[in-house]
Amino acid sequence: MKKYAWIIGAAVSLAAAGAASAGTLDDVKAKGFIQCGVSQGLIGFSNPDAQNNWTGLDVDYCRAVAAAVFGDASKVKYTSLSAKDRFPALQSGEIDILSRNTTWTMGRDTAQGLKFAGVMYYDGQGFMVKKALGVDSALKLNGAAVCTQTGTTTELNLADYFKANKMEYKLVAFEKNEEVLAAYQDGRCDAYTTDQSGIYAERLKLATPDDHLVLPELISKEPLGPLVRQGDDAWFNVAKWTYYALLNAEELGVTAANVDEMMKSENPEIKRLLGVKNADGTAQGFGTGIGLSEEWAYNIVKQVGNYGEIFERNLGQSTNMKIARGKNALWKDGGLQYGMPIR
Amino acid sequence: MSQASGHTGDRRISLWNDPRVRSVAAQVFLALVLIAFYFAIFQNLTENLKLRNITSGWDFLNKTAGFDINTSLTGYNSNSSYYEALKAGFLNTLLVAVLGIIFATVIGFIVGVMRLSKNWVVAKVATAYIEILRNIPLLLQIFVWYGAVLKPLPGPRDALSIGGVAFLSNRGLVLARPIWGDGAWMGLVGLALALVLAVVIGRWAKRHQMATGIHFPARWVGAGLIIALPLAFFALAGWPVTFDYPELGGFNFKGGATIVPEFMALLLALSIYTATYIAEAVRAGIQAISHGQTEAALALGLRQGLVTRLVVMPQAMRVIIPPLASQYLNLTKNSSLAVAIGYPDLVYTGGTVLNQTGQAVEIVFIWMAVYLSLSLITSAFMNWFNAKMRLVER
Repeated sequence: MKKYAWIIGAAVSLAAAGAASAGTLDDVKAKGFIQCGVSQGLIGFSNPDAQNNWTGLDVDYCRAVAAAVFGDASKVKYTSLSAKDRFPALQSGEIDILSRNTTWTMGRDTAQGLKFAGVMYYDGQGFMVKKALGVDSALKLNGAAVCTQTGTTTELNLADYFKANKMEYKLVAFEKNEEVLAAYQDGRCDAYTTDQSGIYAERLKLATPDDHLVLPELISKEPLGPLVRQGDDAWFNVAKWTYYALLNAEELGVTAANVDEMMKSENPEIKRLLGVKNADGTAQGFGTGIGLSEEWAYNIVKQVGNYGEIFERNLGQSTNMKIARGKNALWKDGGLQYGMPIR
Repeated sequence: MSQASGHTGDRRISLWNDPRVRSVAAQVFLALVLIAFYFAIFQNLTENLKLRNITSGWDFLNKTAGFDINTSLTGYNSNSSYYEALKAGFLNTLLVAVLGIIFATVIGFIVGVMRLSKNWVVAKVATAYIEILRNIPLLLQIFVWYGAVLKPLPGPRDALSIGGVAFLSNRGLVLARPIWGDGAWMGLVGLALALVLAVVIGRWAKRHQMATGIHFPARWVGAGLIIALPLAFFALAGWPVTFDYPELGGFNFKGGATIVPEFMALLLALSIYTATYIAEAVRAGIQAISHGQTEAALALGLRQGLVTRLVVMPQAMRVIIPPLASQYLNLTKNSSLAVAIGYPDLVYTGGTVLNQTGQAVEIVFIWMAVYLSLSLITSAFMNWFNAKMRLVER
């Protein structure tokens, strides 16, 4: 028996060695790119364009992180994930960051070993129905069959909403969004539900978008944001402060176009954001404090733009989505987006 | 035995060279390596889960699931626990697998025999069916069937009525649901009595034929009894049954029992696809029987149907059963493709539970354990059946 004890001993020490890993920030720097988990195609958030480049709000966030880390927003590789596969992919280390219109919830933030870095888009769950049904409120959906994607908070909100309003419904849920939409179009269900931003995006894919009505009710809070693994503070800080830098840049009026000009600004807040050196030549030190270069925020704004620019480019009036800023306006404009101060 | 004890007495062999000791040592060594390997994996897993602050353990099974499932056999609702959700999924898997196996077998046997038919058209139809359908990926067929079931059907407001008791629409087949009243057990009593009587009559008829050579139509009498007796008992009890008829209310039908289109599509795809393989196994089995057997039976004056039923098939079964068993296993495992069209089987409900609890390891373990046990049970049953059908040499 003693003769074989060393095998067990070796195996155990091997396991212990496997468990200890370097921080994600160091790993990312070493491999030279960020592996970013995105959706399987959601217009405005993460969707491949005609040239097969990923575009969207969630994609631009990953590009911003790459700009902060490498000074090059193109150093991102994308992994397209279903709602069901997204968390195991992050937990197992297959991706470094998940930026996939994912709702910030307590369970995910605690027991599932994940950490949300911020809210890129304040959303709520809504419904879409065919105009021909003659329904103008979600409260008139009693008895309806409702299509949605499985493995999302949507399923739970739906159950809660119908229970709270003493209504009945039939759930029809699929793993892939295309199948949900196809089933809705084929009449398998009366209503389609998901986050309202997603409804506007999916409606564009229907044959005649104008035949479908988005109901006014929002039945839940869906703060969508990027997330990383728990227990890796350095990487979490990068994720979180990239988000704040985007917001602060918008608040201070720093855009991709004027950022070089802004480097000469006398405004101390802008100087701190962009890492402009003090008059005596000493560095501000915020970049090194987070484990990046002093130009981290400059690179973000220069290459990706500020939050307002990203929003406008992907979801705003110039796009088919035509989503108003609403809750996603800056705090000083009556919205919820509030960047913690850089100082 | 006596030899083994004898030769240790003759001359002493060093333990190192004793083949028995060596064999035991090798096996113990292998077992220890395996244990160490799994121990290491387990250790690594728990260590890493802890490191990443991911909850593990089985407590989540008792928590409220909170999501709905569109069809279940257990009366599951969103207030039920995760355990109930997994159970509902498991029963749905079982339902589609069992019905799929039955349909696939029936279709497979018919098509297999058809392919050997002397009628050119019949044989070619069977050949075309087999060659086309078994060469198209199953997942694709599931999608096609789902589209084929769903697309042409009308919405619930213009559902096709089948005699007012069943309605077919793109929400599924809605049937009148029987509600059993007091005394409904009388029908069951009648059925049990009929079964016993049928067996008794069958045995008597066999003895009677052996003794006198006179044939008694025991099968027809038995079948008649099984149909008539329960009905008679039921009538005696005063028809204690009412029906819950589906009614169109608002968006959908209310009341009744619904067979969802996802289930129909999956069952169709699984049965029709697996039947092609079963048909080939049946053809192989029949062709394995020497033609001399058929000729001998014909020479004895048996009719063609009797030749197939009494001479060819019993022998062909011995060749057919082993490949049949693996097709049953395939069908059961393939049923997990249900998730693609949203039929809530075990993989589907497990996936939702996984997503909500984040406990991937536990869920994947449950999936593996369930499919493994289902396969082993099917295997064991088929082995038993195979042994029963084996050639009994006299």
